Amino acid sequence: MTDTAAAHNLAPLREGYKYGFVSDIESESAPPGLNDDTIRFISAKKQEPQWLLDWRLQAFHQWQKMDSPHWAKLRIAPIDYQAATYYSAPKRQNTPKSLDEVDPELLKTYEKLGIPLNERAALAGVAVDAVFDSVSVATTFKKTLGELGIIFCSFGEAVREHPDLVRKYLGSVVPQGDNFFAALNSAVFSDGSFAYIPAGVRCPMELSTYFRINAAKSGQFERTLLVADKGAYVSYLEGCTAPQRDENQLHAAVVELVALEGAEIKYSTVQNWYPGDAEGKGGIYNFVTKRGACRGARAKISWTQVETGSAITWKYPSCILEGDDSVGEFYSVAITNNFQQADTGTKMIHLGRNTRSTIISKGISAGKGQNTYRGLVRIQPKAANARNYTQCDSLLIGDKCGAHTVPYIAARNPTARVEHEATTSKISDEQMFYCQQRGLSKEDALSLIVNGFCKEVLKELPMEFAVEAQKLLAVSLEGSVG
Amino acid sequence: MLEIKNLHARISEGREILKGVDLTVKPGEVHAIMGPNGSGKSTLAGVLSGKPGYEVTEGQVLFQGRDLLAMAADERARDGVFLAFQYPVEIPGVNNMYFLRAALNAVRKQRGESDMDAGQFLKAVRAKLKLLEIGEDLLQRGVNVGFSGGEKKRNEIFQMAMLEPKLAILDETDSGLDIDALQMVSRGINALRGPKRAIVMITHYQRLLNYVVPDRVHVLSGGRIAKSGGKELALELEQTGYGAYGDAA
Ligand SMILES: Nc1ncnc2c1ncn2[C@@H]1O[C@H](COP(=O)(O)OP(=O)(O)OP(=O)(O)O)[C@@H](O)[C@H]1O
Ligand SMILES: [Mg+2]
Repeated sequence: MTDTAAAHNLAPLREGYKYGFVSDIESESAPPGLNDDTIRFISAKKQEPQWLLDWRLQAFHQWQKMDSPHWAKLRIAPIDYQAATYYSAPKRQNTPKSLDEVDPELLKTYEKLGIPLNERAALAGVAVDAVFDSVSVATTFKKTLGELGIIFCSFGEAVREHPDLVRKYLGSVVPQGDNFFAALNSAVFSDGSFAYIPAGVRCPMELSTYFRINAAKSGQFERTLLVADKGAYVSYLEGCTAPQRDENQLHAAVVELVALEGAEIKYSTVQNWYPGDAEGKGGIYNFVTKRGACRGARAKISWTQVETGSAITWKYPSCILEGDDSVGEFYSVAITNNFQQADTGTKMIHLGRNTRSTIISKGISAGKGQNTYRGLVRIQPKAANARNYTQCDSLLIGDKCGAHTVPYIAARNPTARVEHEATTSKISDEQMFYCQQRGLSKEDALSLIVNGFCKEVLKELPMEFAVEAQKLLAVSLEGSVG
Repeated sequence: MLEIKNLHARISEGREILKGVDLTVKPGEVHAIMGPNGSGKSTLAGVLSGKPGYEVTEGQVLFQGRDLLAMAADERARDGVFLAFQYPVEIPGVNNMYFLRAALNAVRKQRGESDMDAGQFLKAVRAKLKLLEIGEDLLQRGVNVGFSGGEKKRNEIFQMAMLEPKLAILDETDSGLDIDALQMVSRGINALRGPKRAIVMITHYQRLLNYVVPDRVHVLSGGRIAKSGGKELALELEQTGYGAYGDAA
């Protein structure tokens, strides 16, 4: 992303959260509550094979014995898991075979969100899988991808059409009982995206999933599984929004990535779930488990995230560097304004020799926002010559917010080299005045300074996403300077 | 162009610094303001450009007939008031060129001109760089980040040259410059001179005034304009110092 290309994107955005509308779409839901029957209901609705139902039930029984984690630096009101609805789908349930069969109301919704599902209108070079509440409603460019042997479809379809692949990799990176939220997801997940890139294929377009929570009182539990076979390459984008509602809504997703020998996966997220209002009412609880395994020599997994939404964000996209010479990267921008809380970071687990990881984390706190970076770099005994570089920068806007850095380092091999740098800074009145004296409005000045602060992360995003992210940063910080 | 009448200002919640400044600058004129350390020169520049932290307690400032003090800092800038900072501010991660283009487009919009596209902008930039003998590499760095003292000052004049303000206030832009740089900066200032523009230079040294010859020279002391004169006043001050103008603050 070049600076000049974005120069015209400084237009002030004072429109607030613009994705907060609710679509009037008839939906079909499971009765509230969570027990074995709920899970059977979901599985039956999706006409799943027995092995998957058993897998879900196993996860559920593990979850029942687990406790919600307390170690994160978050204030979370107790969640009543029995009050939530675990399955909500747009009513015209029969999986549409083509876009013409998709409910026009739904297509309109996505258009309003700026995600045209119509292939002709779609951004050239981006294939989209749209997940509405819990169900995948449309996947574009399937045919073009199919000619290369690339599979990109909803999770449900993958279970039906490619059961062997799903069975082989599902839970292989994030086991059912990995943590409280992953176990919950494994029990009740309703849909999500699946992609498989065959050996040696370079996916010619960005694959993208767009998540939308619409129904009230429902949680969203989607599951994404991406497999890049030997020497394959794929860049994957994920975007999310939700209507503005007064109650908190739960989003507990699981993303698993598998990169085999020499493969590369680039996974980018712009998370813009509804953050709650200025008084801290409402907003999404975003409790997500994302993990990738470099399961062969020279594999590479790169996570880039821009987290601007959600009332609470709890996520640690991680890399397990099994193959020799494999590479893990984590680039993150997390913004908290008003009463938002974020506890986010990564885990880099070095198992193979000469494995390398890079962590660049930028936390921005404004209003009464609380932002915590939590990271783990673990170098196992066999990981000779492993390298990690971590840089954690925090930016404070105002004096009622907080930034916290919690880096854990466990190096069990004497040849390991681990570097950690951390800074905390404030936007100074001098910087603001300097920009204003050159003609920039307060909002533009703030967005300029913040974008400068996040530059190393934003430049990792694909072009269209970077532009979107820059605008989002500006909107998220609205009202944070006098 | 600029009319300052009986201007009193203090540090917010603090003591009074400006105690009745009167000054009129007409279009086409260059004025120099001299005076002892701490006499309020930067304060005056700050009040005129809308820097937070000051409180005007009395008086009036008209800029092109408009009440300048009622305008927000960015509004003043877009209307053509430019301040070359005594201590330019660093903004890490924000590319110098990108910053300048954002500023220029903000100012142009106010003037009713369209945004400059990348090509036009680059052309304009090159021309001004040549005038000031600034290397292009400086443009690709963060705003003022790691610039030497002299580079920062030159960058201020470069920005001024690009933005073409109606009223430029230069706060000690000549301080800390080597002889060659002083000449380049002077060239930049002289290039801006014109019948529709006015320049106010705050300086401690008569040296600058050899290159940029002022129409008027003022001594700010004790929070007021203690004396005004032609360019010969600067030479006189060089000999006598400020002793004759009473208490420094
Ligand atoms: N924020 C502030 N808080 C307290 N005192 C201040 C502040 N800003 C300026 N002052 C005081 O106001 C007085 C005038 O300062 P100012 O910077 O205007 O002087 P100056 O004439 O520009 O001096 P110099 O020639 O050294 O640049 C000084 O005594 C200074 O200490
Ligand atoms: Mg000064």
